[in-house]
Amino acid sequence: MSRLLQTPFLPSVSLPTKTRSSIPGFRVKPRTIPIQAKIREIFMPALSSTMTEGKIVSWVKSEGDKLNKGESVVVVESDKADMDVETFYDGYLAAIMVEEGGVAPVGSAIALLAETEDEIADAKAKASGGGGGGDSKAPPPPSPPPAAVEAPVAVEKKVAAPVKAVAASAVHPASEGGKRVVASPYAKKLAKELKVELAGLVGSGPMGRIVAKDVEAAVSDGGSVQAAVAVKEVAAAPGVELGSVVPFTTMQGAVSRNMVESLAVPTFRVGYTITTDALDALYKKVKSKGVTMTALLAKATALALARHPVVNSSCRDGNSFVYNSSINVAVAVAIDGGLITPVLQNADKVDIYSLSRKWKELVDKARAKQLQPQEYNTGTFTLSNLGMFGVDRFDAILPPGTGAIMAVGASQPSVVATKDGRIGMKNQMQVNVTADHRVIYGADLALFLQTLASIIEDPKDLTF
Amino acid sequence: MQSALSLSFSQTSLPLANRPLCSSNVAPSFTPRNLRFCGLRREAFGFSPSKRLTSCRFQIQNRRFEISASAGNGAPSKSFDYDLIIIGAGVGGHGAALHAVEKGLKTAIIEGDVVGGTCVNRGCVPSKALLAVSGRMRELQNEHHMKAFGLQVSAAGYDRQGVADHASNLATKIRNNLTNSMKALGVDILTGFGAVLGPQKVQYGDNIITGKDIIIATGSVPFVPKGIEVDGKTVITSDHALKLESVPDWIAIVGSGYIGLEFSDVYTALGSEVTFIEALDQLMPGFDPEISKLAQRVLINPRKIDYHTGVFASKITPAKDGKPVMIELIDAKTKEPKDTLEVDAALIATGRAPFTNGLGLENINVVTQRGFIPVDERMRVIDGNGKMVPHLYCIGDANGKLMLAHAASAQGISVVEQVTGRDHVLNHLSIPAACFTHPEISMVGFTEPQAREKGEKEGFKVSIAKTSFKANTKALAENEGEGIAKMIYRPDNGEILGVHIFGLHAADLIHEASNAIALGTRIQDIKLAVHAHPTLSEVVDELFKAAKVDSPASVTAQSVKVAV
Repeated sequence: MSRLLQTPFLPSVSLPTKTRSSIPGFRVKPRTIPIQAKIREIFMPALSSTMTEGKIVSWVKSEGDKLNKGESVVVVESDKADMDVETFYDGYLAAIMVEEGGVAPVGSAIALLAETEDEIADAKAKASGGGGGGDSKAPPPPSPPPAAVEAPVAVEKKVAAPVKAVAASAVHPASEGGKRVVASPYAKKLAKELKVELAGLVGSGPMGRIVAKDVEAAVSDGGSVQAAVAVKEVAAAPGVELGSVVPFTTMQGAVSRNMVESLAVPTFRVGYTITTDALDALYKKVKSKGVTMTALLAKATALALARHPVVNSSCRDGNSFVYNSSINVAVAVAIDGGLITPVLQNADKVDIYSLSRKWKELVDKARAKQLQPQEYNTGTFTLSNLGMFGVDRFDAILPPGTGAIMAVGASQPSVVATKDGRIGMKNQMQVNVTADHRVIYGADLALFLQTLASIIEDPKDLTF
Repeated sequence: MQSALSLSFSQTSLPLANRPLCSSNVAPSFTPRNLRFCGLRREAFGFSPSKRLTSCRFQIQNRRFEISASAGNGAPSKSFDYDLIIIGAGVGGHGAALHAVEKGLKTAIIEGDVVGGTCVNRGCVPSKALLAVSGRMRELQNEHHMKAFGLQVSAAGYDRQGVADHASNLATKIRNNLTNSMKALGVDILTGFGAVLGPQKVQYGDNIITGKDIIIATGSVPFVPKGIEVDGKTVITSDHALKLESVPDWIAIVGSGYIGLEFSDVYTALGSEVTFIEALDQLMPGFDPEISKLAQRVLINPRKIDYHTGVFASKITPAKDGKPVMIELIDAKTKEPKDTLEVDAALIATGRAPFTNGLGLENINVVTQRGFIPVDERMRVIDGNGKMVPHLYCIGDANGKLMLAHAASAQGISVVEQVTGRDHVLNHLSIPAACFTHPEISMVGFTEPQAREKGEKEGFKVSIAKTSFKANTKALAENEGEGIAKMIYRPDNGEILGVHIFGLHAADLIHEASNAIALGTRIQDIKLAVHAHPTLSEVVDELFKAAKVDSPASVTAQSVKVAV
């Protein structure tokens, strides 16, 4: 029986057809347009169904060599094995874009093939444009349909197509580059994966060593926000076996870790009461257009954050802090078995209608547990709203890696004395911000809340 | 062919040939008798299975005990205190002692430290305990792996002291088993540092004893290159590391052989980051290149490990005064300074040096070579003039032939065979080796380049067969499809030259191949043997079946099968 399951260990050079279509951006289509290009790209082939990037083990040919159809050009190392990659066209190896030892994602160009010797120089120019300068230098693509990929391994395409950026990971961020960088093995690995320049980082490890979390911090402005407030329905829901010991699920484990970690951050709280009559009126008006209250609140918060960047900052190592470049508002959502914080990215810039649509999409994904990491761990500021349960005020725990979190209570009719000496009825809600006092001070929060109140009380800016 | 023939032959005739030698107490002659090169083959059928030592030497088997109790620790020859004196009660000495008693020799074993030697106290045994922990940690931490099983596990954590205790408890238990097994057989365990005073004369402490034959089995200690200062806390050897007194955030491991690799597996599972420093141009030198390449992809690249190859650690200073451990790297070839590392700890795993100082070798004119005691293929010690020292043998790490616990034990048994009158030459190419990483690596015989070189020199063709764990039902059921098995063989006659396995339980899978090599079984015969389904052993079965051998299966092998 096991004999039947036996597969050859090293696949021969020809690949199953399935693999071809796994090259991103390429579909095997009938060839409709004859290829006129004289310079072709050689792509990183997908050598297995799980391969996402390949390493160039060695170039069998060097620049300027004449290539004959079917000849091996380069040896590529995949996650499984090393394989020779052949060319399917005669020509000259004009330019090598990923050197030996370099890594390139599947489907990206690793070399250029010129048809005649005269075109080598052209190809070289293109290679330096595409490889070094990035996409911007590439000529605007006249949207050519992807050429049919009939070749099993070597993949070619019209050169006029957008030149994909070659993986910058060919550069090893080791300490040889003149300046000495002390980084832990995993930090180096991560930096390579995430394409972070180690030289520019401030290490938070022992003796200023760069460790993995410094690299992670450098990548996501927001850092990881997995859990915000312990929003849990305590009431024994049906189906809960009383008296039983239940091990944490993965999510509960993550929440637990984050909560314990938050104890290392000195926090303080500032509250504010905001009148919401105008906001409620606006909400009634735009509700039919799919705008949600959460989106409105996130938008208002983001606009206020834009004016007070310090509240959107984060401190990770205790020695420095980052003014985050984008305002990503994370909103805590209770889901079955825990909570998660889907992130509305660039909430200050995205219009309210798109923001609402985005929010709906995120919530659906969250319920289906299909959120991608960047959709829940890139928040720079967190909102937690328990108003819908009638909670009028509460207190949130600051998620590690962010500067502040705002707990939003219910908007309730209150009797208010106004400045002109009259007594009136107004809808008011209480908000309570928890912040990292290492970087955000009382006055910062006060000013931020004042701005937020003015935005909510005069919400015309929210809808543009 | 040959193997099959000797199989049917030896089963009937050998016991007859051997019995008189075993039971009589005639002093064995020194001159080799019954000379057969591959003695193991003979030996395997010369005794009834119940009398044979099993590979697990540390357990006292009831059956064994009865036999030996009736035999007892034999009476010494008239003029000597003992028939056999073994200096060093490690795994090698222990193996020799047990076999000696079985052969009716009055045996003493001298130990200056603790019974069990390196393997039991500071080597294979405690490291397996740590690796058992690291294997489980790795599984529990691998969310993807758990999910694929449909399992939910809350965050995995560990208690360092608990892990360390597991290792030391295991060592204690095995040490006691070892001691008891020798005591039960009546082996005299003498305490003190043993030294050779002269021919057939040994001193331990203040006592002098005589023995007809003497085996030196003093083993080895971790080798520390010069320039490296070991403080036992931040710059350590395997001796310290096995106590697991700390789990540093970042540890540099000097040397990427078995010891270094196993510790990288332990440390990374417990949360450390590791930097390998390897003097050769490639990590894991000594392994078959294809295996080491794949192993690097599985054991190094995805883990929190980086490495510097082609460099020596010329100077390592322990952490003190708030400064980290400093490692100066120089180019292995040009000796130019290359880099400086600042790490939390450094583990020196650059191999082991023989422990032969103070053995009194000068008394018998023996000159060590880099500390190793020179021996011939029968483990007989050779003196400074190139002559054999009569009645003196050296086994295990101290002779440097093959520095593995089970090799020492096999050499000890081989020596006992010789002194009891049966010539025996151990075939070292049939001794398997294993590295207990996750997954494990195991090997026996030649690597591919070695086999090809030999083939070129001797004019035979070399072929390769490979199978993958991905095609094995049991491995897939365990979600551990990563790994390959590779066999190097002669297509003309079906001889197995080497087998290398990287994958789940590789260390347990190698024995089918090592036994085949030891017994001279050819592929065309062993491929007809049946393996239970579904088992990991089918990986090796596939290997035999994938081989293309020109010779037909031998007739006798099949007829033996029918008879059974």
